[in-house]
Amino acid sequence: MKKLPAKNECWRPSAAITALRQRAELLCCIRQFFADQKVWEVDPPLLAQFGVSDPHLDNFCADFGDRRYLQTSPEYAMKRLLAAGSGDIYSLGKAFRPDEQGQHHNAEFTLLEWYRIGWNHHQLMDEVAALVCMILGCNQPEKWTYCQLFEDFVGCNPITASDTELDQTMRQHRLEDVLVATGERDDKLAMLMHYVIEPQIGQHAPCFVYDYPASQAALARLSKDDSKVAERFELYYQGVELANGYHELTDPEAQASRFRTDNQIRERLEKAQVNSDWRLISALESGLPDCAGVALGVDRLLMLKLGCATIAEVLPFAWDRA
Amino acid sequence: MQLGIESGMATYSTNEFKSGLKIMIDNAPCNIVENEFVKPGKGQAFNRVKIRNLITGRVVEKTFKSGESVEAADVMEDDYQYLYNDGEAYHFMHPTSFEQVAADNNAVGDAAKWLKEEDVVMLTLWNDNPISVTPPNFVELDVVETDPGLKGDTSGSGGKPATLSTGAVVRVPLFVQIGETIKCDTRSGEYVSRVK
Repeated sequence: MKKLPAKNECWRPSAAITALRQRAELLCCIRQFFADQKVWEVDPPLLAQFGVSDPHLDNFCADFGDRRYLQTSPEYAMKRLLAAGSGDIYSLGKAFRPDEQGQHHNAEFTLLEWYRIGWNHHQLMDEVAALVCMILGCNQPEKWTYCQLFEDFVGCNPITASDTELDQTMRQHRLEDVLVATGERDDKLAMLMHYVIEPQIGQHAPCFVYDYPASQAALARLSKDDSKVAERFELYYQGVELANGYHELTDPEAQASRFRTDNQIRERLEKAQVNSDWRLISALESGLPDCAGVALGVDRLLMLKLGCATIAEVLPFAWDRA
Repeated sequence: MQLGIESGMATYSTNEFKSGLKIMIDNAPCNIVENEFVKPGKGQAFNRVKIRNLITGRVVEKTFKSGESVEAADVMEDDYQYLYNDGEAYHFMHPTSFEQVAADNNAVGDAAKWLKEEDVVMLTLWNDNPISVTPPNFVELDVVETDPGLKGDTSGSGGKPATLSTGAVVRVPLFVQIGETIKCDTRSGEYVSRVK
């Protein structure tokens, strides 16, 4: 068992000073990358009037008479900028997700998010690959569809498999205890992804997973050719989930409907309802240009670059020392 | 730790989980051996833990939805001095409070064969009752029975069994004789050296 450091040592940074210097270099490097691509930096507000609708995310709240929400990502604000005609933009700043604490999680973390006008998710994956390969000096990423991964590594089709089939598959992979805790179908898929697929992909080169089941679309548009899949991707490398991107949903009605669905799921999970950010809907009504966007965990990128096992090793002061 | 108001029980939320934390699972006190926080990009977060049942010693995996609360187990570990066995129970005394506790065979288990009077051991108490005994890593015990062995063979190649004063049987080198004191590693159950 790891012993806690003596109380009088807790003033010290969680990361080595050398790691923090490399952190500064990494931030510099990212800004240079986007300057070269003519993508300009924006810094959206962290304390906004609306929170996130995603049923599995929560906001830290701050009350100043009216309630404000520390943002889980700059997505809503950036889409409003895009709708207002900003063109290609990126944001490099803090994001907050309460209760997310672990080897790869710190409730306050650094997120790089960017949007490309007129691009689809495949074009954006190419740019993510260029940035990640430049920083990590790694091999070119592989690309797999979500369905292909499940068929090859788990032995079932994630969209057509029955619930019974999924339960059996989880038992086959010795995930009985996980099965007991998971209610929703997407939780089961996510756990099979985590425990069965992730350890087998992205070891020697980063791995993009794309075209997720529509039920996991989040804010991605559904594919024109197959409405059962969403144009969403994630990037995995050496057991770390590094980025999550979408060919963005631009239809205001579809967006409003997803807000409603999120609140229905929240009700099922006995979680508080969320006031939907009507400013985002208005922005979409005014016209969000066709675009693709991605969010990338900067602390995790640095972990991979420095070969650190925990996120605390790359943070000046991790959650327990902040 | 939070006090659950309705039940009056102390509980832990999953975000307080860490190895060493003692929680109640299926009415048994358990120790968290490993805690993994799993949060898919979009989806429910889970804590998957390896837990050791402190009564049976069995290790199992269990998964909780993050944010769930679990009852805390009133378990504490402390050093006690072993006093004696009266045939029914093993008696221990706290070295500073002098408070005495008795542990039955179930609680002492395999540790019994390493218990020497006056040695300091670690007791695990649940609701103030001993549930397990951890002997010191190294104990020094007298050899009460062993084959005389071959004189002059000091290679220790084969070794031979020796019975110790507490009843433990360990493999010792051939040169070890009855009446000598030896040092043993209680974790592996192996002979370490002779004690002069």
